[in-house]
Amino acid sequence: MRHFFTLLRNELWKLLINPGTYIAAFLFLLIIGFFFQAILDEFAKNPQDESPSITFFRLWFVPVFFMVPLLTMKSIAEERNSGTIETLMTTPVTATEVVLSKFFAGYLYYLMLWILTGSFHALFYVFARDPKLFDPYPIIGGYLYLAVSGTLFLSLGIFASSLTRSQLIAGIVSFSLVFAFIVLGSNLNEMAIILPDPPAWIETLAEHANVMEHMLDFSSGVIDTRAFFLFGSCATAFLFISILVLEYREGAC
Amino acid sequence: MEPPEYTIEVENLHKRYGKLQAVNGISFQVSKGEIVGFLGPNGAGKSTTMRILTGYSQATSGIARICGIPVACHPHDIKRRIGYMPENNPLPQELRVKEYLKWRAKLKEIPAKDRNKRIDQVLQRCDLERAKSRIIGKLSKGYRQRVGIADAILANPEVIIMDEPTIGLDPHQVILIRDLIARLRGKMSVIISSHILPEIEMSCDQIIIINHGKIVGKGSPRELRKTFINFTSYELEMNGKPVDLSDALLKVAPDMKIENFGEPDEKGFSNVEIRIQGKRDYGEILFDRLANNPLLRVRSFKRKKAPLEEVFLAATRRSWETVETDLAHESSEENEMKIEENADKRDTVKAVG
Repeated sequence: MRHFFTLLRNELWKLLINPGTYIAAFLFLLIIGFFFQAILDEFAKNPQDESPSITFFRLWFVPVFFMVPLLTMKSIAEERNSGTIETLMTTPVTATEVVLSKFFAGYLYYLMLWILTGSFHALFYVFARDPKLFDPYPIIGGYLYLAVSGTLFLSLGIFASSLTRSQLIAGIVSFSLVFAFIVLGSNLNEMAIILPDPPAWIETLAEHANVMEHMLDFSSGVIDTRAFFLFGSCATAFLFISILVLEYREGAC
Repeated sequence: MEPPEYTIEVENLHKRYGKLQAVNGISFQVSKGEIVGFLGPNGAGKSTTMRILTGYSQATSGIARICGIPVACHPHDIKRRIGYMPENNPLPQELRVKEYLKWRAKLKEIPAKDRNKRIDQVLQRCDLERAKSRIIGKLSKGYRQRVGIADAILANPEVIIMDEPTIGLDPHQVILIRDLIARLRGKMSVIISSHILPEIEMSCDQIIIINHGKIVGKGSPRELRKTFINFTSYELEMNGKPVDLSDALLKVAPDMKIENFGEPDEKGFSNVEIRIQGKRDYGEILFDRLANNPLLRVRSFKRKKAPLEEVFLAATRRSWETVETDLAHESSEENEMKIEENADKRDTVKAVG
């Protein structure tokens, strides 16, 4: 892992000097800002069961759908398309270092975007000036969940990007994978009814794979280790497969 | 362990992409400090061979060794010993030249204390000092090409592999690169591929001509001429009629012919090329006869070195013929015999025609 930090630094530097990074961040915050504003609007008009922060975390998957493909589709596909992967892989770097550096660069950017949305909550509490509304645990739980689940979504994106040389295909594949994981994972129980006699393990699996439900736990302040296990293991698996794909296609060991 | 005799050894290398046999049994050796030129038409297997040598592609069968280390078993070790510039010279568009080289120097494991010195050295060698803080994507092609070359020689590797390094350069830059490559002679082994034949001839000690994934010619430019060029030609500037010249030539040797008779200049002198089949030297006697012929006035006379183009065309043409005749699987030795036979046949046909 000698070159990991050299590669990561270069990836982050490329993000920093790219105007696209700032434009994407601005648009992301703009869209999330509108969401938050709409939630507050609703909160002001009608009494709600939960604080606006918790409602905000209910909608966490919407930005994930479009942010993850946009963040990761470039990573390996673009290097392959422009041919720079060839100069990269003929230096003494390993495929593991390349994949992990791309993953962590994307992950840090993803985290940064979410951390910036923290300012919305801060602004809200500053203006609301109501200590009754102030409950930090759901916010901590919510952001923790976003950080943990981010590992899996980013690794899905990196995996999609490692498969192809076309950014468009990488984007579509990564959107489909993220979509499948969130939507199918959360609805396994409903889908199991097509089976005439659903086995008992489906229910257990559905419980584990229900990423929406996990978010509800976290955003109500319940830190559930099952989610850590689910996302950690799946992220590791997909990163591992990406490394294998890169080794196979680019001949690096 | 004593150092291996050859820095690059390739034994019976094959590479197959589905049905396409891209490289079909290539073998060659390069000794330390030698500069080798790869020649061949597009799609001949030059880039594939180079990629296999760098460990980027894997061969279907055969052995490639860099500094005695097999590439397929120790790809990581050989990557510390090579500098590679791929075809089309891909570079990150958004970085600045110096930034890019600094990053590459780190990846190539140049010790931190030598890094800046090395970078300044290659910047100077490749005449990039003026462009060092410019963004690579905004550089002209010549500059970008030199950034690629600077990167290849950055870590002072034992083997340098460059796929078409002089493509897109202006004559001034071509000379610069040629000097640069010449300066590497004796220190590093260099493999370059190029379509610019005089370029290869000027800078390379050994030329390997590849066609259809096979080596069709190998050796120094001199040896290649010997193998592939089966005629001797002379160039002269002469004032006189072609008929008189033909008569004079007939007296020297019956099969000596005028290959080319140029337009006369204002003083009535034309450039004439005379060719005779086979490697026979008639220089002295021919000069004597022409000089003493009262109908002809000769201003200059010299033996003409066959251009490498002729060698290249002859070598690749031969292999086309072998592909046609050589449908059966035969050993490479038999093949070579056949090539010779074919060539002889063709030459006779030509001579008769």
